[in-house]
Amino acid sequence: MKGFPSIALVVAVLAAVPLFVHSNVVLNFLVVALMIALAGQGWNILGGYGGQYSFGHAAFFGTGAYVTGILQVRYGVNAWFAFGCGIAAGAVVGAVIGWLAFRAGLRGSYFALVTLAFAEVLRILASVAPITGAGVGTLIKLNVHASAMQFQSRAVFYWVILTLVAVALVVTYLVERSRFGAWLVAVRENEDAAKALGVDTIAVKLGAMIISGTITAAAGCFYAQYFLFVDSGIAYGTWISIEALLTPIIGGAGTVFGPLLGALVVKALGEGALYITGEAPGLDLVVFGVVLVLVIGFSPRGLVGVAARLRGKFKRGSVAARPAGEIGHG
Amino acid sequence: MAEPLLAVQNVSRRFGGLLAVDAVSLAANEGRITALIGPNGAGKTTLFSVISGFLKPTGGAVRYDGADVTGEPPHRLARRGIARTFQIVQPFAGLTVRDNIKVGAHMRHPARDDALAAAEAVAREVGLADVLDRPADTLTVAGRKRLELAKALATEPKLLLLDEVLAGLNPSEIRDIVPVIRALRDRGITILMIEHVMQAVMSLAEHVFVLAEGRIIAEGTPAEVAADPAVIEAYLGHGAAARLEARHDH
Repeated sequence: MKGFPSIALVVAVLAAVPLFVHSNVVLNFLVVALMIALAGQGWNILGGYGGQYSFGHAAFFGTGAYVTGILQVRYGVNAWFAFGCGIAAGAVVGAVIGWLAFRAGLRGSYFALVTLAFAEVLRILASVAPITGAGVGTLIKLNVHASAMQFQSRAVFYWVILTLVAVALVVTYLVERSRFGAWLVAVRENEDAAKALGVDTIAVKLGAMIISGTITAAAGCFYAQYFLFVDSGIAYGTWISIEALLTPIIGGAGTVFGPLLGALVVKALGEGALYITGEAPGLDLVVFGVVLVLVIGFSPRGLVGVAARLRGKFKRGSVAARPAGEIGHG
Repeated sequence: MAEPLLAVQNVSRRFGGLLAVDAVSLAANEGRITALIGPNGAGKTTLFSVISGFLKPTGGAVRYDGADVTGEPPHRLARRGIARTFQIVQPFAGLTVRDNIKVGAHMRHPARDDALAAAEAVAREVGLADVLDRPADTLTVAGRKRLELAKALATEPKLLLLDEVLAGLNPSEIRDIVPVIRALRDRGITILMIEHVMQAVMSLAEHVFVLAEGRIIAEGTPAEVAADPAVIEAYLGHGAAARLEARHDH
C-alpha cells in the first residue's frame, strides 16, 4: 500500500488514539511529539529532499510563535487569523533567508552556519525588542474558547496538531511526486548535473525553503496556542533547530513518514529514559545522541530505511527492495 | 551556406594568469557530428563549459540558433536545446537509472507520467532498458557513460555536447556505443564531441577542430587533420612531424 492510502491509514490510526487514551500525560506527550514532527516535516522538505542542511529552523518556528502571540496580545487579532499570519510569516522569512543564502551560492556547511546565524540574530533581537516582550516574553491571555483557538480538552489540541501533520504529509507526498520534487532531489544529489538538465537550482532551493519555512512556522504557531507563552529562548532557541533536524534524520530524511516516525520514537525514548531514571536532567539529550549515532552508523536512511530493509528480507526473491522514500513509484 | 547551429566567435577564458582558451572560433553545423580534439590540458573542457554556460567567457561570443547566448546560465541554455555530458560522469548517485533520466525528461514534460514514459524511451534508445530500476551508483563504467548520455538526451536537445563519452571504455564497449551516437545524428541532433579515441573520431565526425594550448591549430576532415604536421607536433612534441616524415622516406 502506497501513497495517499497509507497516509490516510496512519492519520486515521493516530486520530483514534484519544478515543481510547484519556490520560492527559500521554496526550500531552503525543501533542508535543506531533509538534516536533511538524517542525521536522518542514526541515525534511529542504534538508531531506533538497540536501540543504539548515541548522536554524528555529528562525521559522520562532517567527510563527511570535507572530501568533503578538498579533493577539498587542493587536487583538483573532487567534485563528493570527495563526494563519504566523504560518505566512514563516514563508516570508524562508524567502528572505533563502534568497540571501542561495543568491550568495552558499552550500553545505556554509549554508548550515548561515541559517544558524540567522536564528541566533533573531533570538537576540527578540530578547531585547519591546514588541516581543523582550526578556519577559509574550503571554497569551487564557480564554478557553474555540474562537480563541483554546480548548479545554487536550484531545482537541491533539486533533488540531494531527491535522497540521496530516496536511504536511500530503504536501510532502505531492512534492515527492511532482516535477519540483524531482528537481529538488536532483539538486541534493548533484547540483551541476541538475543545472545541465535545465534545473534552475536557485529557484528550486528557494521554493523548498519557502515550503519548509511555512511548515515549521506552523509548528511554532501551534506552540504559542498550546502553551500560551513565548520567549526568545523557546521560540528561537537552538533546541528546536536541533529537534527539527534530528527527527527527520533519525526517522528517515527525504521520506514522507520519516519525521513523524522519528519524532514519535525519539520522544518516546527520551521520555522513557527520564521516567526510568527519575527525571535526571539532560538524559533525554543523551538518548537523542545515542539514537542518532546508531542510526547514522547502521542505517543512513533512518528508521524508514531499517523498515524497508526488513521488508526486503522477508520478501527476498520477489521484487528487489525499493529505496526508502520512493513511495508509490511505478 | 546556412548559419551553423552553434558558432563560437573569438572566445577566450582566463583563469588568473593562465589563458586556458585563447580567441577560439569554431562552428557546429546542423545535423552533423563535429569533433573537438587536442592534447590533455588544451582547454577543450573549458571551452565546453563556456558553451554550456557553466563558465562565463573572458571575451568573445557564443551564438546558438541565431541568438547571442554568451554568458547565459546553464539551465536556460538547456531549455534552448543545448545539452551536455560531463567528462567526469555526474550521475544522481542515490537515484535509480529511471529517476536519473526522469530529471532530464521533466524539462519538457511537467507531468510525472509523461516524464517517466519519456525516460523509458530514452533508456531503450541508449541501451539502458534492462537496468532502469538499478541505483545509478551500481552501474559499470560503460553503464554510467550511457546514463550520462541518456540524461542529456532526455532534455530533447537540438545540440548535444559530448565530453569524452568514450573515454575509459574498452574496444568492444566503444563498438557498441558508436552506432548509438550515429543514430542520434541520423535523427537530426547536432553533435559536438570532445574525444580522445581517434578511431571513433575518424568513423563518426564529419569535421574536426584541433585545440592545443588554448588555440585552434587545425581544422578539416578527420583525414586532413590527422595528416597535418601541426597536429602531429601538438600531440607528439616538437620535431615529431619531421621525424615521422623522415622515417617514411626510408
